[in-house]
Amino acid sequence: MKSSVITFPGSNCDRDMDVALKKFGFKNKMVWHDEKELPKSDLVILPGGFSYGDYLRCGSVAAKSKIMESVITFAKSGGLVMGICNGFQILVETGLVPGVLLRNKYLEFICKNIFVKIDNKDNPYFKNLDKEVFEFHIAHNEGNYFCTSDQLKEIEDNNQVAIYYCNNDGKTEEIFNPNGSLNNIAGIFNKEKNVLGMMPHPERMIDKSLSGDDGSLFFKNLINNIK
Amino acid sequence: MEVNEQTAIDHGLKKDEYKKICELLKRTPNITELGIFSAMWNEHCSYKSSRLHLKKLPTTGKKVIQGPGENAGVIDIEDGDAIVFKIESHNHPSFIEPYQGAATGVGGIMRDVFTMGARPIANLNSIHFGSPQNKKTKNLLRGVVHGIGGYGNCMGVPTIGGQTSFDSSYNGNILVNAMTLGLVKKNKIFYSKAAGLNKPVIYVGSKTGRDGIHGASMASASFDEKIEEKKPTVQVGDPFTEKLLLEACLELMAGDSIIAIQDMGAAGLTSSSIEMASKGNLGIEINLDKVPCRENKMTPYEIMLSESQERMLIILENGKEDQAKKIFDKWNLDFAVIGKTTNSKNIELYNKNKQVANIPVNTLVENSPMYDRKWKKTKLPKKNKIIKENFTKLKIKDVLRKILSNPNVCSKEWIWQQYDHTVMGDTIQKPGGDSGVVRVHGTNKAVAATVDSSAVYCWAHPLSGGKQVVCESWRNLISVGATPIAITNCLNFGSPENEDNMGEFVECVQGIGEASKYLNFPVVSGNVSFYNQTKEVGIKPTPSIGGVGLIKDYSKMVTMDFKEVNNLILIIGKTEGHMDQSLFSRSILDEKNGPPPEINLFNEKNNGETLLQLIKNDFVKSAHDISLGGILTAICKMCIKGNKGFEFKKPKFLMSEIEYFFSEDQGRYIVEVNPKDLKKVINILDKNSVHHDEIGEIIDKDLVLNRKTKVTIDELKSYNTNWLKKYMI
Repeated sequence: MKSSVITFPGSNCDRDMDVALKKFGFKNKMVWHDEKELPKSDLVILPGGFSYGDYLRCGSVAAKSKIMESVITFAKSGGLVMGICNGFQILVETGLVPGVLLRNKYLEFICKNIFVKIDNKDNPYFKNLDKEVFEFHIAHNEGNYFCTSDQLKEIEDNNQVAIYYCNNDGKTEEIFNPNGSLNNIAGIFNKEKNVLGMMPHPERMIDKSLSGDDGSLFFKNLINNIK
Repeated sequence: MEVNEQTAIDHGLKKDEYKKICELLKRTPNITELGIFSAMWNEHCSYKSSRLHLKKLPTTGKKVIQGPGENAGVIDIEDGDAIVFKIESHNHPSFIEPYQGAATGVGGIMRDVFTMGARPIANLNSIHFGSPQNKKTKNLLRGVVHGIGGYGNCMGVPTIGGQTSFDSSYNGNILVNAMTLGLVKKNKIFYSKAAGLNKPVIYVGSKTGRDGIHGASMASASFDEKIEEKKPTVQVGDPFTEKLLLEACLELMAGDSIIAIQDMGAAGLTSSSIEMASKGNLGIEINLDKVPCRENKMTPYEIMLSESQERMLIILENGKEDQAKKIFDKWNLDFAVIGKTTNSKNIELYNKNKQVANIPVNTLVENSPMYDRKWKKTKLPKKNKIIKENFTKLKIKDVLRKILSNPNVCSKEWIWQQYDHTVMGDTIQKPGGDSGVVRVHGTNKAVAATVDSSAVYCWAHPLSGGKQVVCESWRNLISVGATPIAITNCLNFGSPENEDNMGEFVECVQGIGEASKYLNFPVVSGNVSFYNQTKEVGIKPTPSIGGVGLIKDYSKMVTMDFKEVNNLILIIGKTEGHMDQSLFSRSILDEKNGPPPEINLFNEKNNGETLLQLIKNDFVKSAHDISLGGILTAICKMCIKGNKGFEFKKPKFLMSEIEYFFSEDQGRYIVEVNPKDLKKVINILDKNSVHHDEIGEIIDKDLVLNRKTKVTIDELKSYNTNWLKKYMI
């Protein structure tokens, strides 16, 4: 299985993602933002970080970089594109997934383990996962998902919410929402569900000696789904 | 502009120093030259009051690859790997402008580390604020934390540990000390020593602006009411550019074109060019017209003294310019050949084809002033007579609540959750433990790091305090199973021109030296920050010690959370009931006098090494050193982290419960052992003549202090975690 991780100036989770993908059997390539052509890939990843310093709206400059034209074409032809953290911010800026990401409710960067509920499994990312509640990790300043009520209705009608923040029992109440995100939304699909944007970092949860191991379940399942 | 004695004084130079400049040059300097002298001769760059004493520190050892004098210290962690690390202060700017001050402090120290070819793998910090009641404290804390996070998070380097304290002596002068560790291959370390004639001198990174002019001079003066006027001397950070600079430099360093490299930190282009020339015993010629500038019409004076961030100076091999430029073009960074090395041994500056400065390098470095300042010895204060009857009035649960929620003991989660501590995917011990630990990427090894200071002990008796901080650093490393290797120190003091403050400095340094020599824990880098005072009042003497250790097999790392019910708890080291200067005496009894706890270096070393032996034999399930707040505070933290209870056995000692729980005798650790290993553990302890007491066992829930007192873990948590969160709302 071939994957490509895009490195933008200011990306800083690109190496971590490379390590994770390779650990679970992907043949991964790092692709520089200034390239035109995307290598042949089964999965394209926009990693976390601070592309272009995020001095403008997060992800807005990266969304316009050269490689993104190919990424958008790839996504529109049904290719799997996953954006994590800053990658999610870039995805909303391209319009591939709906909504926006605002600053966290308490205006502070948050780095901690959180629980997410994944019950939307009719898609190539989560199909065959045998549990619903995962312990993932977040590290962001702008992860407060927001969209208009019309958009929300459309998102819900199309079953596009990918994951929710919750507690260890899968309860998705407001108190388990770390950043003020609308309806505890932590990740969103496009309509076709081949594009996934999410704030949590599964690549930081691939070893018991790190923050946890639930990311491993996600990646193992993902590569099996793609095969 | 004419230069005279008054201009020199306005630049922070003393009359004698100005006289000496004129003698060395055999003429009056022009304004640019005067600016250069003032930048090189100020306390921050020249160490003129501290050099004499710093020489006494032990700086060598089997594991030391590079001691003080370079951009950072370097230690050997085997298999061809090395760790580059250093701590540095950014106190003055952070008080004037907390966000930018703290951010650029973090940026500066990371640059020091990657200048040597190392990729930064961990950040730590030691930050100290005024009393929580002081009206500035909250905003300063918020600004500093945002600044540290803003820079470190964007760089993608995890912040794995730190220390925060509050004390009214920092009301008018906060401390922000930032530390970075980097990983490098032993044979790919880069130094700042220039070599060879007519080699191109390259400027890379951000453009030079008018920010931070005279920042280093500002950091060498005391504060008064006019500090707001000094805002323009604070630099503005751009972590994005630094991230690009890091990647570009490491890419260039993978080749073999660099002769020497030096970051532009304090005193910018001035100190970087002069240090490189001085170390190589060469001259440097710079054409200022070639320096990339952010603003029009910058004068030579401004260009030389700007402290714009994210800039580097490189001396390249001839003919490698194009190859190097390609890399910096790729990363969208400025690249300019601005001069060359010469055999004149002078620094020569040209602007519009005119020479604007010509100074012999040695006058700026070797001939810079060095002072043997007057200092006063501190006598060991007399012990307080503690009236034990006072204790009987105290309810132990109330005391415990007060201690656990004390600003200096309470959980700092509010702070470290704002730092990305997991990026790079190698953090195996997060902030909140005894040390932060990161794996050496792709190996079974891990590096532990901690930063500590004990201003109260240093204030009460600087010699003991200096020793204590080094020992605490050593203990924090051992508690996670790391073998301590070396330290870096950031020495924050008041004015060296004040005999008391200077005395504190001299004796703290002596204490640090004695302990680090005895423990074979040498000082490989550091910095001195004097003039941490407002008007005549200095801060409490605050040496921050950053310690680094190695865990050869990270599967043997130890954490402090209690692991298993029925496991037994031992205390290593003797509890004698030293109460003076303890948190209990100071905060509960309001007794601020008396000597700090004594340091017994023999016990310190013996206890620590024996604990390491126990850890290597897999006998230790959890461990924590006993520091501020004594045994009970340490036990509570282990309960909270492990979500387990603990039941004390009735102690057999001839001291009151309060003394037993809250005294701060040194050299002690709490360790958890499985009952089946107890015999073997005690055997090892006895064989090494290590004092130990079995104090109780882990139970399912509740902390049981005695027959009458029981506290739930949830109560402990609420005592410990709520204060800071509530304070910051």
